Amino acid sequence: MTVFTEETRARAREIIARYPADRSRSALLPLLHLVQSEEGYVSPAGIAFCAEVLGLNKAQVGAVASFYTMYKRRPTGDWLVSVCTNTMCNVLGGQEVYDTLAEHLGVGHDETTADGTITLEHAECLAACDYGPVMTVNYDFFDNVDPQTAVGVVDELRAGGRPVPSRGARLCTLKEMSVQLAGFADEREGAVADGVPGEPTLRGLRLAQEHGIAVSGFDPNTPIRSKAEAAEKAKAAAPKPAPAAKAEAGTPAAGNGARPAGNAGAGEPAPAAAAAGSTTRDVKAPDAKSPEVRAAETRQPDAQTAVPDAPGTKVPADGVPPSPRDAQEAEAAGAAANPPAGDGKPAGDEAGAQERNLREAEAGAGAGSPNASDRGAQK
Amino acid sequence: MTTPRPETLAKLTPVLTKRWLSPDAWRIGTYEKLDGYAALRKALKAHPDDLIQLIKDSGLRGRGGAGFPTGLKWGFIPQGDGKPHYLVVNADEGEPGTCKDLPLMTHDPHALVEGVIIASYAIRANRAYIYIRGEAVHAARRLRNAVQEAYAKGYLGKNILGSRFDLDLVVHSGAGAYICGEETALLDSLEGFRGQPRLRPPFPATHGLYASPTVVNNVGTIASVPYIVLGGADWWRTMGTEKSSGPMIYSLSGRIANPGQYECSMGITLRELIELAGGMQPGHNLRFWTPGGSSTPLLTAEHLDVPLDFEGVAAAGSILGTTATQIFSDQDCPVYATYRWLEFYHHESCGKCTPCREGNYWMVRVYRRILSGQGTHEDLDTLLDTCDNILGRSFCGLGDGATSPVTSSLKYFKQDYLDYIEGRNAPKLSDKQLVGAH
Repeated sequence: MTVFTEETRARAREIIARYPADRSRSALLPLLHLVQSEEGYVSPAGIAFCAEVLGLNKAQVGAVASFYTMYKRRPTGDWLVSVCTNTMCNVLGGQEVYDTLAEHLGVGHDETTADGTITLEHAECLAACDYGPVMTVNYDFFDNVDPQTAVGVVDELRAGGRPVPSRGARLCTLKEMSVQLAGFADEREGAVADGVPGEPTLRGLRLAQEHGIAVSGFDPNTPIRSKAEAAEKAKAAAPKPAPAAKAEAGTPAAGNGARPAGNAGAGEPAPAAAAAGSTTRDVKAPDAKSPEVRAAETRQPDAQTAVPDAPGTKVPADGVPPSPRDAQEAEAAGAAANPPAGDGKPAGDEAGAQERNLREAEAGAGAGSPNASDRGAQK
Repeated sequence: MTTPRPETLAKLTPVLTKRWLSPDAWRIGTYEKLDGYAALRKALKAHPDDLIQLIKDSGLRGRGGAGFPTGLKWGFIPQGDGKPHYLVVNADEGEPGTCKDLPLMTHDPHALVEGVIIASYAIRANRAYIYIRGEAVHAARRLRNAVQEAYAKGYLGKNILGSRFDLDLVVHSGAGAYICGEETALLDSLEGFRGQPRLRPPFPATHGLYASPTVVNNVGTIASVPYIVLGGADWWRTMGTEKSSGPMIYSLSGRIANPGQYECSMGITLRELIELAGGMQPGHNLRFWTPGGSSTPLLTAEHLDVPLDFEGVAAAGSILGTTATQIFSDQDCPVYATYRWLEFYHHESCGKCTPCREGNYWMVRVYRRILSGQGTHEDLDTLLDTCDNILGRSFCGLGDGATSPVTSSLKYFKQDYLDYIEGRNAPKLSDKQLVGAH
């Protein structure tokens, strides 16, 4: 435990302070990044440190640390080289890049070179498919790599150089990066400003710019209708075409935002019946609860099931007393907003019903000033 | 490269992406000159209920894949319940093929911050979180910087612009788990637990973060809000289709001349998108593609004219998803592509539900066997049977997503599987890669 200095402790307190007082466990992920920034991996000492500052036990912290791939369980090099081998990058050559690097460095996935400089891993989609195949060094991107450029990058790193990423900021070490992941600003002068958007990012925009395409009809002073007005409008103008949605010339050269024709649609909000069609699996209105559901709820980490050995989670907060009665009230409130099957229909099946219920619930809730929920657990 | 036809070009709708052209738009000064925080000033003068109504009227639907009507979601938050409310932005972008939120947060982070403030005001939340994918480090740098700038200018904190509305916003980095893009897993992760999905109901609208009413929205959804507040619902609906309104960022990758981000009116077709992207790469012919990430069933060259909106893609037997169109050609093997996706789902399954945990484990092994030339005809039945036992049988959609490429590739490309099994295709995986596969 002596690894961690008073400075680390101060940072830990700063992290914990970002979250509501009785919800300090929310700080666990950033804290794990923090201890990784000290040691290059999440060591047993790091786990003990997190457990201590949050009032958890080590098993609880370990269970979380082992769930996430960015927490390393063995010492890492200064440079974490991740090659995307998910399908798109893979077929574009990413697998070859990875295989070449593995051979060149003499290490496999999640292994560190003998000189301790580079840890190699193959990664799943890094969300830069338009730049594929990509690899990252400490999570900053090198785009459109091939085996040669990739070898060039790692050789430069091993020789003590700092190759410049294609986008993003200049490189920092993995430990320095972990400080940022813990939620602290990148203190390096100008690092936030580094990196301009790459061409693929701008492609659609450039095309629009070249051909003088813009979206027309945008008036930032369009008034926000009050609820009463909106309701009136909806009543009066159900199937009326939206005024701006006419086909106003497909000639982009004219410079006016040529809008595609034929989408004139309606003063009525999107009929969500269709929406429900594509989302039923995910989103339904709360329903009468089965015993199974209740059991699952009990297992949720909510106020009433605060872990006994987690003092951090037990501090009573105004507004969130951890009593079952409170939970029942909340349930009732939830049901009020989305009454299940009041009209004999299964809730969630028909968005019109939801809308209706909602309106009733809102009416019941009264005008509610913007500050109605001022109290809460906030400071 | 041929220039796209005018009628195709006319489908470009640069709205959310527009500021990316201004290299300094991530700085608050530049952002303010480009309409920045004007929507917030306007919104704070309106009643929160009117804002919810405005979003309902706009027809805005979630940009994270499911397409749930945003205004409806906001309206589900019980008001006057005495509990704290939360807004959580899902910025855990990681669906294979998807790459639209990262550039948005990197090049226009204030649009998201402004959207967060307006949305929080509408649902009466005094605390908001942006849960950003851990690996997205540069986007997180810019976002944290934006949040700091917004505090300094009084757009965040106490009594925002004299409105008596308070809001604290925290940017919270994840730690490498795709599953945390699932909203309830995200909430568990944000609470400091393993990111595992919760059983619903209860829904986050009543029992979300810290068991309180919570709205979870995607980056693109929240970043759309300031534009709707400024331009109005009617203007927003001039773009897109009746049921899928507004512009959408289509992320094109793969065998096309110019991969990249194309913000277009919803309902554009793949044929038009490929035209915008300069056509297919020389020597490549379209063979299969995903309309919205790997969790959406594959489509083929037959589907070039399917309107890419929520209804159109559903009618074609797939899902619009995240509009991440990954485009593969006749030089790519659908069996291998599916295998790689399955490796992904196998790796990312959180292990909570048996069908997904075990099903993906075994399907990966079946694929390895097929691709090494040792597959049998029964393997194909095994795959379909396994999919049957995964689909709809787990807490969240991860397992469902894993079955998408399997069942759709078997539907359209069964011959490719048979070619491996019957020895007409050279094995794609060597014995070395098969260690432990039996």
